[in-house]
Amino acid sequence: MTKRKSNKENAMDAFQWLYSDIVKEHFTNPRNVFNPDEPFAADAEGIVGNIKCGDQMMFMLKIKDDIIEDVRWKTYGCASAIASTSMLSESIKGMPLRKAYGIKPADIAAKLGGLPENKIHCSVLGDKALRAAIDQYLEKKGRTGEFKGEDAVVICTCLNITDKDIETAVKAGARDWHQLQEATKIGTVCGGCKIKAEELLHEFVHIYS
Amino acid sequence: MPQRFVYMDYNATTPLRPEVKDAMVHALDIYANASSMHESGRRARAEIEKARASVAAIIGAGDASSVYFTSGGSESNNTVFMTMYDLGRKAPARRKIITTAIEHPCVMNSATYLAEEGFPVVFLPVDNYGRVDMDAYRKELTPDTLLVSVMAANNEIGTIEDIKTIASMAKSVGALVHTDATQAIGKIPVSVKEWGVDYLTMSCHKIYGPKGIGALYVRQRAPIVPLVRGGHQENGVRAGTYNNLGIIGFGVAAELALRDLPEFSSRLRSLRAMLKDGLVAAIPHVKVNGHPTEVLPNTLNLSFPGAEGESILLSLDFEGIQVSTGSACASGSLEPSHVLLATGVGPELAHGSIRFSLGKYTTEEEVRYVIEKLPPIIARLRRMSTVPATEVAAVC
Repeated sequence: MTKRKSNKENAMDAFQWLYSDIVKEHFTNPRNVFNPDEPFAADAEGIVGNIKCGDQMMFMLKIKDDIIEDVRWKTYGCASAIASTSMLSESIKGMPLRKAYGIKPADIAAKLGGLPENKIHCSVLGDKALRAAIDQYLEKKGRTGEFKGEDAVVICTCLNITDKDIETAVKAGARDWHQLQEATKIGTVCGGCKIKAEELLHEFVHIYS
Repeated sequence: MPQRFVYMDYNATTPLRPEVKDAMVHALDIYANASSMHESGRRARAEIEKARASVAAIIGAGDASSVYFTSGGSESNNTVFMTMYDLGRKAPARRKIITTAIEHPCVMNSATYLAEEGFPVVFLPVDNYGRVDMDAYRKELTPDTLLVSVMAANNEIGTIEDIKTIASMAKSVGALVHTDATQAIGKIPVSVKEWGVDYLTMSCHKIYGPKGIGALYVRQRAPIVPLVRGGHQENGVRAGTYNNLGIIGFGVAAELALRDLPEFSSRLRSLRAMLKDGLVAAIPHVKVNGHPTEVLPNTLNLSFPGAEGESILLSLDFEGIQVSTGSACASGSLEPSHVLLATGVGPELAHGSIRFSLGKYTTEEEVRYVIEKLPPIIARLRRMSTVPATEVAAVC
């Protein structure tokens, strides 16, 4: 059976994000887009997504004393992908790396005045690309993995497996539930986390495959 | 608000033409139940039979009683597939269903339902232009084939299929033949006699008539099982009180579409050529999807590598231009257009595709406006893109 949506939800899907003035404004006039003619000596770069899936995102950062001084980005993607990346790029200027590392899709969606459920994966890419850039920076500085584990949410309470663990497993090649279980042992005790874990798996596979 | 309003999404639906609107305003007062025996019932019935004759004429059906009114294309297609379900269950020796990989979702999902119920179902591949792979078809056409269902013209890329040949091959193994002609009627000549089909699906709102009304042609003596059971309307094939308003609107729309067809299609063909040539000249790395000649006169599907379809669609929307896209983002799924993928267009290009479908009220001036507005939109999105257009064009 298909899950029924309320009339209100249907109406939101159809109109809300299209006509949210904030989304429209950022889509039309995106901030901090990389211009190839402008010299921008990035200290770190991160790229996630795949154009086969319809979106890809790249972040370039200038970093001083663990503070993001300046940022540029590029994206191939839909309007909310463009708008959400633009919004993210504005909000991280002057932000400590550690804080930027913890930004979540919901934070970006909230700043845009909300995004419908099926659009959240677009804005998810922005924070992932940002994190990839920060990871690259830490690696360059010999501080690999320094921020890992922070802001992680426990998904499998039996085995204390977090969303970050799922992300790491997908990055290492896990593509389905079976492979994820092999990599993390998630859901092998009570199995109560399966629905939530599969949602995350699906999301990360979209981003990293 | 944009200063202009340019509608180029006629394959999605069309506005009511004034003559149809007038006929429907008149029909609003024809309230009688067309099944009633009294005077006003008989009058309503007469209007309905007049409409049936006009609808039969647009598909070259000599016998108007082979046309059954339904609620639209989806119901017509479902009726055919559920008839096959019934036939195949009663006589399992012949229950193979052959259709194509580029059908409308209502055929795709009906066929998938039969597959789930254990019927052998084949989705034929198509070539790069969207034409059915005839070698694959020949191989699949076995004596246990119950139905061959191929659309007359594709809604997304406009490619016209060779229904006459497909039907005659199907007949050689004794299979029934259905074609979904929803996008074909009113745009190209359609003849059930010449094509030799048993079933043909029509929808009214694609030919400047109202939504919620369609028809199914069923050749005399071809099997048909009602999807909607009830009263004896439509010879027991489709129950439900006659939709006077819709049917009368459909009759006028069909009559005018048939009358205007030659002039209409040649005018659209030249507008389409103007739009295609203008955009291809103004924008680098454009791919034209669909068949170069066997294509609906009004449908132009283009891919713009390096720019994502939903972003293009919305940018055009801000300029008052209404189109549709094969991008996954727009549909809320991760998969781009199944039609473009079936024609061998890579997902990278399918995500960046736009369908322009022109119609009765499209003008040269509107086409020029689109040719002026689109190139800077594509250039802007490509500048922002992580992947250069040349690179995408090269891998696809």
